[in-house]
Amino acid sequence: MSDKIMAYRRENGRVGVRNHVIILPVDDISNAACESVANNIKGTMAIPHAYGRLQFGEDLEVHFRTMIGTGANPNVAAVVVIGIEPDWTQRIVDGIKETGKPVFGISIEQKGDLETVRQASWKAKEFVHWASELQREECDLSELWISTKCGESDTTTGLGSCPTVGNMYDKLIPTGITGFFGETSEITGAEHICKERAINEEVGERWHAMWKAYQDEVIFAHQTDDLSDSQPTKGNILGGLTTIEEKALGNLEKIGRECRYIDILEPAEAPKSGAGLYFMDSSSAAAECVTLMAAGGAVVHTFPTGQGNVVGNPIVPVIKITANPRTVRTMGEHVDVDVSGILTREKTIDEAGDDLIEMIKRTANGRNTAAEALGHREFSMTKLYRSA
Amino acid sequence: MSNIPQLLVHDHEDNVGVVVVEGLTAGTEMLCVVTHDNSSFNLTANDDVPIGHKIALKDISEGDTAIKYGEDIGKFVGSVKQGCHVHTHNLKTKRW
Repeated sequence: MSDKIMAYRRENGRVGVRNHVIILPVDDISNAACESVANNIKGTMAIPHAYGRLQFGEDLEVHFRTMIGTGANPNVAAVVVIGIEPDWTQRIVDGIKETGKPVFGISIEQKGDLETVRQASWKAKEFVHWASELQREECDLSELWISTKCGESDTTTGLGSCPTVGNMYDKLIPTGITGFFGETSEITGAEHICKERAINEEVGERWHAMWKAYQDEVIFAHQTDDLSDSQPTKGNILGGLTTIEEKALGNLEKIGRECRYIDILEPAEAPKSGAGLYFMDSSSAAAECVTLMAAGGAVVHTFPTGQGNVVGNPIVPVIKITANPRTVRTMGEHVDVDVSGILTREKTIDEAGDDLIEMIKRTANGRNTAAEALGHREFSMTKLYRSA
Repeated sequence: MSNIPQLLVHDHEDNVGVVVVEGLTAGTEMLCVVTHDNSSFNLTANDDVPIGHKIALKDISEGDTAIKYGEDIGKFVGSVKQGCHVHTHNLKTKRW
């Protein structure tokens, strides 16, 4: 198996597998202008979202990290940033600029949408011409940052698709990739195991304090009976998962048998401790979690599903893996890697892990995932509390 | 196709297993495989159980702990006979 891929090496040395020119709104009320620019200039993509006004404190920091991280992601070649006013727009432009990639910022006040769209469209056109001439070059598979989060889980995810991702991490983390896992609420029931998977006791204790704070400040502060049937979800229960403990144990199969996480990340925070596996404090909701990990710098996402989650992301290819033969039969158009042979004992976890690595390479080389082909571009901001 | 299992069990300590075929009906003599070491045994299903749902590997009393992956996954809130369906009607989390 060749360990080389053809990908885009960015100005800061990071490797991207897509070449998007994005039109990024600072705030909800700049979505319309961004969508107009993306409509004018083919080959660009607007990324509308719901927030960005009157946020404060850590909630605002998560917003800025998500915006800057999305623009900075190596799957993005160039960025046009549009906000209602100049200051926060400039903060996002400056954050993305640190990567060295082309960024243009413009604000709407004192211009109006039409003049803003005119200026931004000229710049976006220039960026598209430039980006479309960039060439893929030979890069090493080990240079990829690969995230994981599962969704619409059932008992087959713990038996097949999650251990497949775990096997991939056990093989690729030692080669030097950077990995992400998270889903803080979904570790509940397996927290004793997750804590032990830290690289050392200090990191394990920090992980446990983060998890405990989430339990105390979010779950116990707002819970209704059975978390309003949100954990496990209705889909999980239909698929045979009964309790959060059972779900968590299956979920944690995604980090394999050998690899240890080396640090803990805030939502949308980029890793700073070098190559290795990281835990990101994150929601277990699919689109929110994938959005945060993409903002943290992941360029490929591996997504095990049981009952059939259909999520995608605007800038990161999301590879779907399932072991459930009914899901393969009823919603095969969403499945990139079919590992149902694990359940019939016709395929080993080791072989399934190799299948996934092969699909990661094909995806990195340019193969569109099922979610990309089907137009899934879910971009969901994480909101920590009400705006001012 | 007799070598394809109907039920998979993660660990030898487990008292529940997972149905991995569609349309399993009561009375089926199931081939059960323990994924930890690929050992196998036979068990008769006593309910119609959908794919992905669990079956008790032995008679279980109310208050017993359910074990899967060799770990505690909750408490039984009703007794269950060997070979019968285990789900939200007889098993509940200990967490909330």
